[in-house]
Amino acid sequence: MLGPGVAWYLGIAAFLFATGAFGVLVRRNPLIVLLSLEIMLNGANLALIAFSRHAANGAGQIFALGVMAVAAAEVCVGLGLVVAINRRRLALDVDEFSELRG
Amino acid sequence: MLAISAGGVIVWIVWVAAGFACLASGVAVVSFRNPFFSSLALIANLASLAVLYLLLSAEFVAAAQVLVYAGAVMVMFLFVTAYVGPRREPPWAGGPSWQTIGAVAAAGAIFVEIVVVIGLKAGGRLATSPSVGSVFGSPGWIGRLFLTDHLLAFEITSIVLLVAAVGGVILGSHTRRSNARVDAAGEAG
Repeated sequence: MLGPGVAWYLGIAAFLFATGAFGVLVRRNPLIVLLSLEIMLNGANLALIAFSRHAANGAGQIFALGVMAVAAAEVCVGLGLVVAINRRRLALDVDEFSELRG
Repeated sequence: MLAISAGGVIVWIVWVAAGFACLASGVAVVSFRNPFFSSLALIANLASLAVLYLLLSAEFVAAAQVLVYAGAVMVMFLFVTAYVGPRREPPWAGGPSWQTIGAVAAAGAIFVEIVVVIGLKAGGRLATSPSVGSVFGSPGWIGRLFLTDHLLAFEITSIVLLVAAVGGVILGSHTRRSNARVDAAGEAG
């Protein structure tokens, strides 16, 4: 395998996952929370594909494609929620949506 | 382990460029105030990730990444951002400061944990990877895997997408009537 070893790719994946987790925890705009979730999913995807290449096995790539489909579904529902919230003229702030806290 | 050859040097240069673009655009997505610019930064992130997938000889996944993510999902993101309108939010202000400190601690802990585990448990074994043929990662190969070994996952994926589409339609439709019902219930109560 030319170029850097798989461990370097895993380092990038770890950094992306940590960045996305930080964004999910800190940001309050639901759109940016969704974008940060996408970064976390992509970090996991990069790790899956790196291990798929390392093991010379296709299952990791199949799993990565499944993750992409799940991410598309999540974006569909999440953006539907954002649009529904916006139609009710509520503030787009995830800290405000605490009615289900109990 | 460095392979000293012209091809290896070129792959290293591409890897450094794509990896740096990937990390920088990831940080940009989290730190921009305007969700519109965050979406644009995520498109750059997805494109540089597709380059990394190509370096890992996953050609079909890289193409699907560009087509599905950067092409379809991000267009939807940009459309909704434009529909909702510009709402600026200071990135770090808002929320008590212990929340930010806790988030930094949690994200740093995740990163350190992953790196330490990779370094301790798998560092030596990850240095060399077996060589694969040119079929590895090609669309035909992926398609054959999907329709033989992973047929159940393929079908379940289609069901997940169908359910999500139905949920999106339900969330987006006839909110006016349900709004009226909620308002009437609020006035009655």
